[in-house]
Amino acid sequence: MRPEVTPKIDVRGVSKTFHTRGGPVPVLDDLSFSLADGEFVAIVGPSGCGKSTLLSVLAGFERADAGEVRVDGEPVREPRREAIFIFQQPSLFPWLDLAANVTFGLDGEPAEARRRLVAHYIALMGLEGFEHAFPRQLSGGMQQRAELARALIVKPAILYLDEPFGALDALTRLRMRTELSRILADERHTVLLVTHDVEEALQLADRVLVLTPRPARIQHVIEVKLPRPRTLSNPELVAMKAALLRELGVTP
Amino acid sequence: MSLASVRWLTALAPVVLLLGVWHAAVVLSGSLIFPTPVQVAAGLVDLARQGLLLKHVVASLFRVTVGYLLAVALSVPIGMLMGWFAGAHALLNPLVQGLRPISPIAWIPLAILWFGVGDLSPIFLIFLSSFFPMVVGTAAGVMTIDGKYLRAARNFGFSGLRLFRSVVLPAALPQIVTGMRIGLGVAWLVVVAAEMIAVSSGLGYLIIDSRNAGNRYDLVVAGMLVIGVVGFGLDTLMRRLERLDEVRWRYET
Repeated sequence: MRPEVTPKIDVRGVSKTFHTRGGPVPVLDDLSFSLADGEFVAIVGPSGCGKSTLLSVLAGFERADAGEVRVDGEPVREPRREAIFIFQQPSLFPWLDLAANVTFGLDGEPAEARRRLVAHYIALMGLEGFEHAFPRQLSGGMQQRAELARALIVKPAILYLDEPFGALDALTRLRMRTELSRILADERHTVLLVTHDVEEALQLADRVLVLTPRPARIQHVIEVKLPRPRTLSNPELVAMKAALLRELGVTP
Repeated sequence: MSLASVRWLTALAPVVLLLGVWHAAVVLSGSLIFPTPVQVAAGLVDLARQGLLLKHVVASLFRVTVGYLLAVALSVPIGMLMGWFAGAHALLNPLVQGLRPISPIAWIPLAILWFGVGDLSPIFLIFLSSFFPMVVGTAAGVMTIDGKYLRAARNFGFSGLRLFRSVVLPAALPQIVTGMRIGLGVAWLVVVAAEMIAVSSGLGYLIIDSRNAGNRYDLVVAGMLVIGVVGFGLDTLMRRLERLDEVRWRYET
């Protein structure tokens, strides 16, 4: 038998309750799961089920009431640059131009290396020619690509994506998905994606966790063993989508 | 006609109308003491020829510059501390909010008591008048920073002074600049009042002295016009600042 390897991300018994004026609202209920190094896991669930809170806890922005999150065996206590969080709303710094935004997280690299890196990631995201544009001058899709570039340039081992393409129009969303899978094929990241888009989850992930309505528990796990790149018309994917929607109670 | 010339004409029309009404009112009422626009213009030329105009403008600008820069130097750091640290806010905000509504004019007797007649009194009053709007503006600027920027920066490992310099200051800068513009406007209002009492130079002194020494109302109105023009110039300068790329992002989407 193979010796047990330490998972990249290990979530053990995480619970969290919000205390509101109307009384305590349990959001996460004893959640446990883990991600292997380089694995892409998607989390889907009804809106308001606590998906975003879960991701926030994993990334160290919020504390769990019980349980713990370990990355490489170390408990997570605060956000770190090894695990970059990308949110639905682009958070590019509006006072910096695109190039300065992309290099924001670099720390101590020599000027020559910086130039090379920023050129590489701006090209990777198809943003050449916009180096000196300010975020307000970029479209929503371009801003989200710049946001990805700003994250990828620091070579994070983990990406936490919270509905990253949720604010984009349908066509841009499809294009961004394709680009994300292309980039992830080149660079190895462990990715945890929160989405309400079942198709997005099935197209990108190795595994899909289906959460229950609040308080979130894992209702179902789906392994997606289809080769990449995956087309949405793939009959197996279509069948999985139907099953997943049934699981979520959307279709009978 | 070009768009620019239309704009100029639109802006000038009410001014010309006002000058016309003013002139007619003086002539029709037969007033011997209130000047016509032409007499005011002659008064202005007179002042300029004697070198008094420049002397008074420079005196006023000097006091405003010193008092205002002192206020900027103190109010921006204090405002940032108040905006960032809840404890500093709890400690200082009641004091600031309590002192802020006291008109700088009300401080004049104390200013004279403490600093005597001379440049220091008006400088102190200008400092007071611009300090409060800038403290409040800066604190509000820091407190209303969108959390997503702080979150992103923390994710990249920024904290402490580095977070402050790279995110807090630039994110609050637009509101700091707006506070600075309001502060300068108030400072210019107050310098005139302060100069009417505590000193013997500056535009405020020019006005009160012209009235007291022989009812020269042509010079009184000339002084008022100069105050308006200089104030307008100062505000235009500050508006330029608001158009910098570091600042204007806040006002455009």
